[in-house]
Amino acid sequence: MEAIIFAITVFILAIFLGVELINKVPPILHTPLMSGANAISGITIVGALIAAGSDNQIIGTIFGFIAVVFATINVVGGFAVTHRMLYMFRKRK
Amino acid sequence: MDNFINIVNLIYLASAILFIVGLKNLSSPSTAVRGNLLAATGMLIAIIVTLLNQKIITYEIIIIGIILGALIGTITAVKVPMTAMPQFVASLNGFGGGASTLVASSALISIINQNQDPTYYFSISTIFSVIIGSVTFFGSILAFGKLQGLISEKPILFFGRHVIIILLIIITITLGILVILNPSNLIFLCILIASAGILGLLLVIPIGGADMPVVISLLNSYSGLAAAATGFVLENNLLIISGSLVGAAGLILTNLMCKAMNRSLKNVLFGGLGAVATTQDDSAEDVYEGKVKSSSSEEIALLLDSANRVIIVPGYGMAVAQAQHAIRELSNILESKNINVDYAIHPVAGRMPGHMNVLLADADIPYEKLKEMDEINPQFKETDVVIIIGANDVVNPVANESNDPSNPIAGMPILEVTEAQVIVVIKRSLSPGFAGIPNPLFAADNTLMLFADAKQAALDLTTSMKNL
Repeated sequence: MEAIIFAITVFILAIFLGVELINKVPPILHTPLMSGANAISGITIVGALIAAGSDNQIIGTIFGFIAVVFATINVVGGFAVTHRMLYMFRKRK
Repeated sequence: MDNFINIVNLIYLASAILFIVGLKNLSSPSTAVRGNLLAATGMLIAIIVTLLNQKIITYEIIIIGIILGALIGTITAVKVPMTAMPQFVASLNGFGGGASTLVASSALISIINQNQDPTYYFSISTIFSVIIGSVTFFGSILAFGKLQGLISEKPILFFGRHVIIILLIIITITLGILVILNPSNLIFLCILIASAGILGLLLVIPIGGADMPVVISLLNSYSGLAAAATGFVLENNLLIISGSLVGAAGLILTNLMCKAMNRSLKNVLFGGLGAVATTQDDSAEDVYEGKVKSSSSEEIALLLDSANRVIIVPGYGMAVAQAQHAIRELSNILESKNINVDYAIHPVAGRMPGHMNVLLADADIPYEKLKEMDEINPQFKETDVVIIIGANDVVNPVANESNDPSNPIAGMPILEVTEAQVIVVIKRSLSPGFAGIPNPLFAADNTLMLFADAKQAALDLTTSMKNL
């Protein structure tokens, strides 16, 4: 029970933190912020790695493998395309 | 062992801090590049420390998965044209959501495999993760299909859809309860994934066109919430923190997009705007008849030549015609004649938040020239010529005037182009925008219509300017 309360506490505080952090975003950054945030949500890769590599039923391992592929696309693609867009905004000053 | 777990968790905390600082930096232009790199570093640290986890007994599958995912991710991220960015972001949302569903399912299967009974806490978190993730995955596939043009972009409304959606929500919740009560029966889990997936499809199907920015922001938020739910399943604070941050970021963008259309989220999600074929031909005739002045590129070039200040208003039509490079040529020649050129960007112009900015930056237009609505609106008074390229509803003055509830854009903040001396509208025809209503701007006394494809018109104007 303690674990649940602790997890919910972290969850709620992090949402408030998120709202405060990203309060004023200039429209120019809307797309890169979205793709960058999206890459961060690829943090499920941490769970995917364990799902794919630990002892499990074959179906669990298959799910884990697909999850690793999906999450890696999410992480690598997200950070790379965000960098590309931000670089584009930066190159002409 | 305990020490090891403590160290891992402290390193996860470091990753979370890098994400927080990264996101903070991502929301300001001067620090955004650094922000993205910080977040990527946080991710790399988290991945490396996870690989040291003693639960992992085989690395082959992981390595193949990472290589495969990294190849696909890198190649698509490098190759994707900026014009295809909305559907690319949509697909990234989907992959994140899909991964969450699979991880939570796999964790449940693993517990069953060890002949343990999952706690209610575990099962409830799992079904949350599975449902949100599956809705995100299938909703994003549909959004991708719409944006890529594989499926009609028009909102698809069908009879009794509200009832069907409510029924499906009840079915999904029931299946979720069945999974909690019978965690070892994987059939229920699979049907739950399918049912949530159909729900995701049904939630996106009635939304289309100009409402897509809201959908993409919302799916972005869901992908974060799915990751947070997976964090509850795995009792991993890093996932909970990162997922909530992304969920919050997505909600902020969603809210911004709704405000920019003066509509509630509920209205965007369930209103089905733009689906009904317009039956307002009569009113369109009333608005336009005998008042629309068609012009030529030569005439407009003369007008531009005598201007001091020009503002270009791009819209989705510019993206469709891929006119951004031609527009850059046009503004180059204007600037060579000492004419001040700026761009007025409406927050919901295009198909995702920030769509116009990305396209214009791709055409090497410096971002200092891309002005947001609140900044540029007071400047239209001192503007000689406004050129509207492929925008319609976001410059429709009806939004200011009408309190009529049947007017879908009533109260929507618009770019106040009517205050400029002359308005040039580049458009292929007088067809209505996404909102399906006529635009009196096209019939205004100081408006000139240039009926042409956006790209061709920009090229013609450039040629005409050169020939002056």
